[in-house]
Amino acid sequence: MKIGYYPGCSLLGSSREFDESVRALAPALGLELVEVPDWNCCGASSAHVLDHHLALALPARILAQAEAAGLTEILAPCAACYNRLSTARDALEKDPALAREIEAVIDLPLAGTVRIVNILEVLDRFKDVLPGKITRPFAHKVACYYGCLLVRPPKVLKFDRAEDPQSMDRLMAAAGAEPREWNFKTECCGAAFSVTRTDLVAKMSGKIVDNAVKHGAEAIVVACPMCQSNLDMRRPEINAHLGAEHTIPVLFITQALGLAMGIDANQLGLQRHMVPAVMAPAAV
Amino acid sequence: MSRIGVFTCHCGENIGATVDCAKVAERTRNVPGVVHSVDYKYMCSDPGQSMIKDAIKEHGLTGVVVAACSPRMHEPTFRSAVEEAGLNPYLCEMANLREHCSWVHEKNDATTDKAADLIRVMVEKVKHNTPLHPIRVPVTKRALVLGGGIAGIQAALDIANSGHKVVLVEKSPSIGGHMSQLSETFPTLDCSQCILTPRMVEAARHPNITLMTYAELEKLEGFIGNFKATIRKKARQVDEKLCTGCGMCITKCPQKKIPDEFNEGLGKRSAIYVPFPQAVPNKPVIDKANCTFYKSGKCKVCEKMCPTGAIRFDQQDELVTLDVGAIVLATGFKVMRTDKFPEYGFGKYADVIDGLQFERLASASGPTLGVMKRPSDGKEPETVVFVACSGSRDRAKGVPYCSKICCMYTAKHAMLYKHKMHHGKAYVFYMDIRSGGKDYDEFVRRAIEEDDVKYIRGRVSRIYEEDGQLIVKGADTLLGGEPVEIKADMVVLATAVQAQDGSEELAQRLHVSYDPYHFFAESHPKLKPVETNTAGIFLAGACQAPRDIPETVAQASGAAAKVASLFSKDELTREPVVAVVNRLPAPTFSYCVGCFLCQSACPYQAIEAEEIRGRDGTLIKTLAKVNAGLCQGCGTCVSTCRTKAIDIQGFSNEQIFAELMTL
Ligand SMILES: Cc1cc2nc3c(=O)[nH]c(=O)nc-3n(C[C@H](O)[C@H](O)[C@H](O)COP(=O)(O)OP(=O)(O)OC[C@H]3O[C@@H](n4cnc5c(N)ncnc54)[C@H](O)[C@@H]3O)c2cc1C
Ligand code: SF4
Ligand code: SF4
Repeated sequence: MKIGYYPGCSLLGSSREFDESVRALAPALGLELVEVPDWNCCGASSAHVLDHHLALALPARILAQAEAAGLTEILAPCAACYNRLSTARDALEKDPALAREIEAVIDLPLAGTVRIVNILEVLDRFKDVLPGKITRPFAHKVACYYGCLLVRPPKVLKFDRAEDPQSMDRLMAAAGAEPREWNFKTECCGAAFSVTRTDLVAKMSGKIVDNAVKHGAEAIVVACPMCQSNLDMRRPEINAHLGAEHTIPVLFITQALGLAMGIDANQLGLQRHMVPAVMAPAAV
Repeated sequence: MSRIGVFTCHCGENIGATVDCAKVAERTRNVPGVVHSVDYKYMCSDPGQSMIKDAIKEHGLTGVVVAACSPRMHEPTFRSAVEEAGLNPYLCEMANLREHCSWVHEKNDATTDKAADLIRVMVEKVKHNTPLHPIRVPVTKRALVLGGGIAGIQAALDIANSGHKVVLVEKSPSIGGHMSQLSETFPTLDCSQCILTPRMVEAARHPNITLMTYAELEKLEGFIGNFKATIRKKARQVDEKLCTGCGMCITKCPQKKIPDEFNEGLGKRSAIYVPFPQAVPNKPVIDKANCTFYKSGKCKVCEKMCPTGAIRFDQQDELVTLDVGAIVLATGFKVMRTDKFPEYGFGKYADVIDGLQFERLASASGPTLGVMKRPSDGKEPETVVFVACSGSRDRAKGVPYCSKICCMYTAKHAMLYKHKMHHGKAYVFYMDIRSGGKDYDEFVRRAIEEDDVKYIRGRVSRIYEEDGQLIVKGADTLLGGEPVEIKADMVVLATAVQAQDGSEELAQRLHVSYDPYHFFAESHPKLKPVETNTAGIFLAGACQAPRDIPETVAQASGAAAKVASLFSKDELTREPVVAVVNRLPAPTFSYCVGCFLCQSACPYQAIEAEEIRGRDGTLIKTLAKVNAGLCQGCGTCVSTCRTKAIDIQGFSNEQIFAELMTL
């Protein structure tokens, strides 16, 4: 199965391990990733607060490039990219006049034929073959953390139950894990303040880490690079804020599934995490 | 020769401002067949009607066209005026100059021309009109009331007290409906059972009322005054005549852990049970899905215990057919039980309950005997949060309409809680307080001011459990959206009021309309609030829209009054605008070839088969025949008939073609 691939900036920078693990997992599932040619930044972090047209034009150019390459569907592993691309697509589909304006700005034709899917949606398509590929069940209690961008706004994304999503829990259960009931599946981790207000991030992400631990999780599983870096990279600040020593690792779903499918930890980029994330082999 | 009179109305400014009425009247004078044409400011006024009556006599009119407003509004007015002057009322027609012309066009010559055209068309139609006579149908003076909540009980009692027979059909084992589950009722805080139970007993004892509980309507045929209802009496597995209600069977039944519907799952019942102690009739039923005997073939303990030998394991459902003249629909409502709001944790956390469950917790006859104990561990809840509008007024996830009763019952709940636990804290999250009604706003003020209930204006975003407590996260929009977090021991959701399960299907079976939310639709939102658009079927209570007890009772009495006035006559008359299959003089002569396409097309099942036999009894032909009682004059059969053998009286092909040809 062929699918368009839009890694976005964070998968090439701060969250390289997400990109590595997606690329490592894909062939094992029989998925061929076709990178969108000459792609640009989607503008997720700031464009939408600066300029409405820019916020639409950046994703529109990506969509147009994908269209020109004959792609009908692109996978955007980063939740923020997924959200921006989907929102822009939705806005342009609803307003053809605006779409024509944006077409002029990006100087590329845009028919609007490309769909955007997130990593959970794509993995979910393999739910029937997945159990057969599990060689080293991920036998851990996990807290599946969706964050805010993957499921909201539900009217645009139409993906999973907005307030109590289930898809990641199902996938992790299929990989042999025990997903825990916990409280902050969709709580915001403070990504927008990631750099500017680390005190706020410590507070917001702290609640999430603390609650996952409280509900018995041994690992937090995520599908968003911002969530991952906040919960992982900001752990010293989080722990200082909480006055705790939480060592719970934060894995991308692709890393957790990759491990369960017997893919080498380094190939999945696990060595890159700040909080050591190679799960204790005894429990594996 | 036709002698038609045309009366053009200005309808004040409504028509007069856009159409030159005097010019129209002037031009109409030249239309062939018209012998009299005038215009007048208000045709429907007394002098206006007198003008018509006088003209009929003076000019010997054979037909009348009133060019005015919508026939829906005033056709009956003008038809009766014409009748008073001695002309058949169906020789009067209306041209709609208002909705069809003046209201939808600018003032100019074309508009005036169109008005004149509309009149010409109607003049041509009237020339082809024939006198029609109202259809008379007999009335069966017995009513069927579906649903035994307070609405059904009140309607049944009122009809019975006006001297007519009533059959009250209730699908559950006892009458009483939701009102029997309530603890105390707003705005007076009197005990619900105390005011309801006497009514239930009265209904059961009334000589004019036949109670059929554990029964449902299976089929309905016929029409106003002449319905035939088939009722399924579900097998109780208990002989109601022999059973004395002693309850021996219930105490000894080994299956005792079945979640109890009456207590909204907060209590347990046995497999043979009466829903609640004051049930009417106080006779048990066996819940076959949970009875050991029906599951494994062994047990029959109840049979052994019953002193009167009333248990009947072999009892079967029974179908009863009844002739009734009118029907009152009173099937009530349900509350939203949903996982559409996973963020509130209903169904996940035992201590997040809904309003009806709270009623049972607060009720002296409830599972805790009225002591405030939260479901999870029986602890007395020190802090309770009430969340109004859970699913109501929420286009995104719930229903867009206001559930109407929740503002009041939430205030009641908070008050009841505070009355039982003075030191406890009660919070109410609300959007607006909608407490219109006699003594209603005072009631809410009392909760806030005297009983110290904390009202917070804002929505709740999430409820989750932490360290054995529920954390309720919301916002206080009167403090500029300030986030609020309350640690609660119990949360009560005022969930949306919804139409009863199966109401859509029931409506289709009865041919009554329903709204997008499956509440039954009234015939006119203002002027016919208890009628449906099927003659003879009336509405009462929460099956039409969310409503409280006073409103329900008032409407039930209204429906009963309609039934009583229907039953005050021995015969009903109906508009003769119905379909007829043509019959040229001898009965064998008809274009109808008996294909019965019309029968399958008719939405009201109004087409029957009629056999035409010769003198020797041999079958000559089978023809379609219209049951004038059932026919609603929709004309579907006319358009289906391949041989043009059916016409709607007053709208025959000739009449319609005549109209078109004049244009
Ligand atoms: C939590 C809560 C608290 C409330 N508190 C108050 C209060 O304090 N004061 C107040 O004025 N109002 C209160 N109400 C509103 C009150 O309950 C309603 O106004 C009232 O019950 C409406 O009566 P009803 O007969 O129309 O409907 P219901 O009470 O719903 O009765 C309908 C009956 O019809 C039966 N039925 C359904 N379908 C069929 C069928 N197909 N065939 C035969 N039978 C059928 C049902 O079994 C039921 O017995 C409260 C409501 C709720 C939810
Ligand atoms: S034991 Fe017999 S008489 Fe008594 S309630 Fe049960 S069925 Fe009725
Ligand atoms: S009326 Fe027409 S459609 Fe109906 S049975 Fe006769 S021929 Fe057929």
